[in-house]
This record gives sequence, structure tokens and C-alpha cells, in this order.
Amino acid sequence: MTGTALLPGASPTVAALAVIGLVLVEAALLYVAYGVLEDRLAPTVFKRIQRR
Amino acid sequence: MLGLLGLSAELFGLFVAFGFMVGVFFGFFGMGGSFLVTPALLILGYPTPVAIGSSMAFVFGTAVIATLKHHDAGQVDYRLGALMFVGITVGIELGSRLVFGLEVLGIASLVVGVAYVVLLAAIGILFTRSALGDEEDGGDAEGEDATDGAPDDDVPEIARKIKSYHIPPMTTLADGSKASLWTISGVGGGVGLISGFLGVGGGFVRMPAIYYLIGTSLAAAVGTSLFGGLMSGAVGAFTYGRAGVIDVGIVTALLIGSALGARIGSGATAYVDEDDVTIYFGLMLLTASLAVALGEVSAWLSVPALDRVSFLLLIGSALFVCAVILYHGVVAIRDGDDVAPAT
Repeated sequence: MTGTALLPGASPTVAALAVIGLVLVEAALLYVAYGVLEDRLAPTVFKRIQRR
Repeated sequence: MLGLLGLSAELFGLFVAFGFMVGVFFGFFGMGGSFLVTPALLILGYPTPVAIGSSMAFVFGTAVIATLKHHDAGQVDYRLGALMFVGITVGIELGSRLVFGLEVLGIASLVVGVAYVVLLAAIGILFTRSALGDEEDGGDAEGEDATDGAPDDDVPEIARKIKSYHIPPMTTLADGSKASLWTISGVGGGVGLISGFLGVGGGFVRMPAIYYLIGTSLAAAVGTSLFGGLMSGAVGAFTYGRAGVIDVGIVTALLIGSALGARIGSGATAYVDEDDVTIYFGLMLLTASLAVALGEVSAWLSVPALDRVSFLLLIGSALFVCAVILYHGVVAIRDGDDVAPAT
């Protein structure tokens, strides 16, 4: 699925900006989501590794 | 959801796994995106513009994530990155014009292929020699504490020599040292030229150039290189996005994997001594050079088997170095060598 398919009829510049915006939002969401996951799981994972 | 993104579950999983590996490199070394992703997409049968455009968008997304992570650790020199961006943009324009000029002469593919091989080999040799030199000097030739030590101790000899020439205007780097604006612009322009000429994000040139020529600490070179990748990735994604060739499904799947990988790779910089891994990274670049050379030979001789060998060399060596980083990270945590949990 391309930017053109995301926003049919939009100008190339708008489609390109939409793709960049989508990637930026995805990146920020993933950063935050994995951050929460890391905060919750990291201590357990560290302890398990140190026990081995 | 997968149907909407236009990928099968298997392909989606493959891209997530591949993205994870690339993310570890991005997070740890500040490079390793496009020169792995683009060839892989090409070998999977995607058209060249889709492969390059999707790779650029992915580089942008991963650079955003990794820069945020390095920002938290205070390892990004935004001023230096912004100063370099001007040179990078001009260089990219000149590089792309050079390619179009060579295209008219009908030798663009040959020249770009050979340049790629030579450049990867040269940087690979630089890293390998540097790592071997450190081992001979007792492992800590460039500083007693590579991750958080005094900046001057972490700056290579060649950079110290360049910094000793005070050519105004001078600017102050984040670590308090001075660098000539001419050096920064020259490095930015040179990196941009190579980036535009080879059609890559340029992290594998940008990071060593910042480290060896401008003279920041390795950690700051990685963080600042990522910030540069963010900006050049945005420019590239916009250019290819306008042509409507970026596959959002591929980018999303790669990002899901790389976001995790970049987090782990960035975190690993606090635990893993670069000296333990640099030699493997140098050897990986040398292998990548060989892989690209084989790919070129495969194209000239029309031997698809060589293309597969090239792909396996590229992915296999990257997978190996990724495993080495994770292994050293686990060993450091187990032995209690950590600085602090990378949260």
C-alpha cells in the first residue's frame, strides 16, 4: 500500500507528507509502547540473566 | 489488518525479524539501515524505486526512534547535526547530478557498484585495523572508558590532528571542544555526495566521518549520525513519497521489529565495550563489500546463483554481528559490568 493508495486523489506532495507523518506517528508510538514494555519487563529480564 | 497492509503473514513476520536485526545495528552503531534493506528488498523482487523509497522511509522512522533513545542518554549533538545538514543537502544534490551525468554516458551502474565495493571495504579496513590496534595496545588505546569517559580520551588520533588546525570560523561542539566550520561543512558535503551518489542513507559513512574527522566521542558520533539520518531520511522519503513508490506495509513491518531492535541496540551501548564488537563490525563491512562485488559480478555474468550467495553473505554476516552484540550484552549483565539499566 503506497501513499497514493492511502489518500486517493491527493497531490503528490500531500501524499508524501502523509507517508512521512504516518511513519513519524508509528515511530513515536512504537518508541513509547516499547518504552513502557521495557520499564515493566527489563528488571525481570535482568534478574533472570544475572541468575544464570 | 495484514490484508490492508498488503502483506502475507509470513512476509510480515520476515520483515519484522529483519527489521529487528537492522534496528540493533542502528541503535548500537548508528548505521546499517539502507545498505542492508535495499538489497534485501531488491532480491525479494520489489522494483528498484519501491525498494529505495521504502528503505528511505524506514531509515527515517528508525532514525527517529534511535535518536529519541540517544537523546535520552544525552548523546546527540543537535548543533553539529544541523550544521552538517546544510553540507549533506548540497552534497546529495551534487551526487545525484553526478549519477545522472554518468547515466547519460551509460556507465552509472558500473561506477556506482565499484564505488560501493571500495567504500565498504575501506571503512571495513579502517574499523578492523582500529580494533586490532586497540587489542595490541591492551584494549583501551583510545580511552579508559569508551562509553562515558572524558571526550578527549575517546577521540581518535587523526581527529585530534585535524582539530589542531584552527581555521576560522570555529564552532563549539557539545563536549566543549572546538571544530572548524570548514571541517564540518566539508564532512557534511562529502557524506552527502557519497549518499546521493550511492543512493543510500549514508550512516555507514556519516558516523565514521563524524568520529574520525570532526572528532567527537564514539557515543556522540553515533547519536549525531542518527540525527543526520533522520533529516536525510525525511528528505529522501519526501522525494520518493512524491513519486508514490513507498510501500507503507513494508515500512510498518520493518519498523515494528526495528523499534525493539534499536532500543536494545542503544541500551547495549551502555553495557558492551565497543572494542569487543568493532572488529566484527569491520569484518561485516568487508563481507558486505564482497557481497556487493559478487552481486555486480552476478549482474555482469547473469548468474543468479551468485546473487543468492551475495544475499546470504550480506544477511548471514549481519545476523552474526547482531548475535555478537546481544551475546556480549548478556555476558556483561550477567557479570555485573553494567553502568546502569538502560531505561
